[in-house]
Amino acid sequence: MKHASDVVLRLDAITKRFGKLVANDAISLSLRRGEVVALLGENGAGKTTLMNILFGQYTADAGSVEVFGQTLPPGNSRAALDAGVGMVHQHFTLADNLTVLENITLGVQSLLGLRVKKAETSLKIRELSDEFRLKVDPDARVGSLSVGERQRVEILKALYRDVEILILDEPTAVLTPQEADDLFATLRIAIANGLSIIFISHKLHEVMAISDRVAVLRHGKLVAEVDVADTDKTALSGLMMGVEAKAPDIAVAKPGKTLFSLQKVCTPNIKSMPGLRDVTLELKAGQIIGLAGVSGNGQAALADVVGGMRMPSQGVLMLGGETLAQWSPRKAVQSGIARIPEDRHKTGTIADFDLTENAILEGYNSTPFSRSGWMNWSKARRFTSDIIDKYDVRCPGPDTRIRLLSGGNMQKLILGRVLEAEPQIVLANQPVRGLDIGAVNYVHGQLLAARDRGAAVLLISEDLYEIMGLSDVIHVIAGGRLSPGFVRGSMTPSQLGIWMAGQGFEQSDLDGEVAHAS
Amino acid sequence: MRLEPITNPSLARSLGPPAVAVVATIVIASLLAMVAGANPFSVLGLIIKGAFGSQFAALETLNRATPLIFTGLAIAVAFKAKFWNIGAEAQLYAGALITVVLGTGALPWSSVALIPTLMVGAVIAGAVVLLVPAILKTRFGVDEVVTTLLFNFIFLLFISMLLEGPLKDPMGMGWPKSARVLSEARLPRIVDGLRLHWGFGLAILCAVVVWLVQTRSTLGYEMRAVGLNREAAAFAGIPVNTVLVKTALLSGGLAALAGFSEVAGLKGSLTLDLSPGFGYTGIIVAMLALLNPLGVIVSALFVAGIFVGADSMSRAAGVPTYLADMMLATSLLLMVLAIMLTRFRVVRD
Repeated sequence: MKHASDVVLRLDAITKRFGKLVANDAISLSLRRGEVVALLGENGAGKTTLMNILFGQYTADAGSVEVFGQTLPPGNSRAALDAGVGMVHQHFTLADNLTVLENITLGVQSLLGLRVKKAETSLKIRELSDEFRLKVDPDARVGSLSVGERQRVEILKALYRDVEILILDEPTAVLTPQEADDLFATLRIAIANGLSIIFISHKLHEVMAISDRVAVLRHGKLVAEVDVADTDKTALSGLMMGVEAKAPDIAVAKPGKTLFSLQKVCTPNIKSMPGLRDVTLELKAGQIIGLAGVSGNGQAALADVVGGMRMPSQGVLMLGGETLAQWSPRKAVQSGIARIPEDRHKTGTIADFDLTENAILEGYNSTPFSRSGWMNWSKARRFTSDIIDKYDVRCPGPDTRIRLLSGGNMQKLILGRVLEAEPQIVLANQPVRGLDIGAVNYVHGQLLAARDRGAAVLLISEDLYEIMGLSDVIHVIAGGRLSPGFVRGSMTPSQLGIWMAGQGFEQSDLDGEVAHAS
Repeated sequence: MRLEPITNPSLARSLGPPAVAVVATIVIASLLAMVAGANPFSVLGLIIKGAFGSQFAALETLNRATPLIFTGLAIAVAFKAKFWNIGAEAQLYAGALITVVLGTGALPWSSVALIPTLMVGAVIAGAVVLLVPAILKTRFGVDEVVTTLLFNFIFLLFISMLLEGPLKDPMGMGWPKSARVLSEARLPRIVDGLRLHWGFGLAILCAVVVWLVQTRSTLGYEMRAVGLNREAAAFAGIPVNTVLVKTALLSGGLAALAGFSEVAGLKGSLTLDLSPGFGYTGIIVAMLALLNPLGVIVSALFVAGIFVGADSMSRAAGVPTYLADMMLATSLLLMVLAIMLTRFRVVRD
């Protein structure tokens, strides 16, 4: 049974800044013995930063960490481990060519003594794995294990060190539903044995299933701390997305004809990312379509299909009035689709190219930048200088390597690259993630301007406020399925939250066509 | 300790470490020579004298640099696109093979027709040899390091088989060597009476052309984009696999020209010791040049100078010729370290 007053871990007013970005803003959190606290938040909300501070990877700008009443010295990465805190990372830290037993004892015992104690160690591991129902063979080589088994090894590794506090970072991201259930069974045994657990996730149903309390982080702030008994999925998704502010008043546009459409499109699942399931969507001239949803629900697959990175396995893509038989990034560019990618560092730009080389990344092989196989660099440089002026890219000049620019200025260059030719279709995938407020407003202004001159805009974002503020029509994506379109103002955040939690789809399947809820 | 990237290196930071590396190479080379029994203070002088001290020595160095420029360019082009061609040795022999197959009498033409034909034939042969690993990589994801490296051995054994069989020179006294190419197939000397053939001129021309292609052409832009960030290149619509195949064709063709130039310019026939590892040394040449095609000329001269100079020094000072290999290895290791230090600083925790 729980001892309510028995606090094992206390984070006190932790603040961490990276330049202008406040990753953790005075976050206080405590964990009691035998309790599971879920740390819930979108990507970039500050969950990982907070755990890195706990483990001494980062030094907090302010605040302290206390384990069993002892304050941990900041910036010491062994302190938390020595105090009995174990962490299972999302990306495992196991040596593939060693056995399970060797991995578990690595760093705990002297390797010279291993031979002597092997039987004893093996016995302890077997005991632990029986007790916690973590079935794994101590003599198996880790390289030959499945992902689920490797995770069990990670947990065993922590348990072997007699941790009393266990932190799990997105533990189910790599598991099948069956393996996830096994994991939860193990965690329940661990709690019964007096362990305390911090469970980091953005999957609402898991958080509801396993935890006692939920701490919600958003944009670096602890926005809520609630008992699971007093809340539900819808309320949590609202808290996570943040919809306290009122949407700005933007005139609803009158949509024109359909420029691009998906009809009953399916794509296969890739790793743990769901594909699309029978998605039908029409992008119309002069309209912003917002795609709301908890991350990892098929947004990436939809963006890939619209952006030319992926061909549907089933269903039809139509551009204008024509069915697309072939589809590629280059075809998408040539068809006038402006694509603002989700990751501007990895896919949007080439870090060691200068601004000019990055500005022509999509148009390099057509006039005026290229003629019969040779580049016209002076034209390219002039084009880049124009973008720098027009889109207010703060930089020393077109010859600067783009890695030296801030995220906001990098994004402005991408906007210039894709919007300068006045494209008819705009795909904006997380266009303002990680940007400061000035850059956010700038990007939004550009998207609205594109709409107003008659472009069809598809806005994908995990920020429900952003979606509700800008979109003329909102679709919710959950588990790869697309909800009907809801016109601006017809849905409250909590109504959308129900859809985001994956409910309501069966209903609409029965109803058939697009329903305008009111 | 850890490494921290330097975003905007100063001039001192860019030039300092390489300069220190050069000095350190000389110091270590002198120590090695001393261990081998020579006077450490005379070693440097003997090497420079051996490499550039006389007209004969200098021309010898330029001749030695010629195949290294070709293979260095082949590697530089491929590595720039992060296509790891370790098989320049095989491509070199492919070029040499075509030169003797077509140049020993099969085409009874004049020089004006024959030499360009042999050149083009060599380029095609080298390109085809590298095309196979390129297709295996782009189609099936087979690692090109493994395929190109292992193909070197297969191809060398294949050449050996030909030299013991159909290509064996009937007048060769039983040695495994091919017949000599026609005099119409021989590359003329640049200056009459001096032992330097037009292969060197061709190498310089190729370096300039490759440099123009890399910096000014659409293909060069694609190759650099693919090399720096394949994911972003693919997203932008650059056909990554096509670019890799084109890169492989260019790289293989350049390496094959080394074989053509050695046979048609210098040796006159094909033997199994045509290349003392020019294909592998080309990797060193390209790395020292930081993959810059014009830099390849300089680093090929440097590497050839060390080989020729250390050879001569070892004879003069009575130390083993292996010293040349050790010096080259030392210079490469130190230069790689120096180049890393121009981009990263070491931070103590």
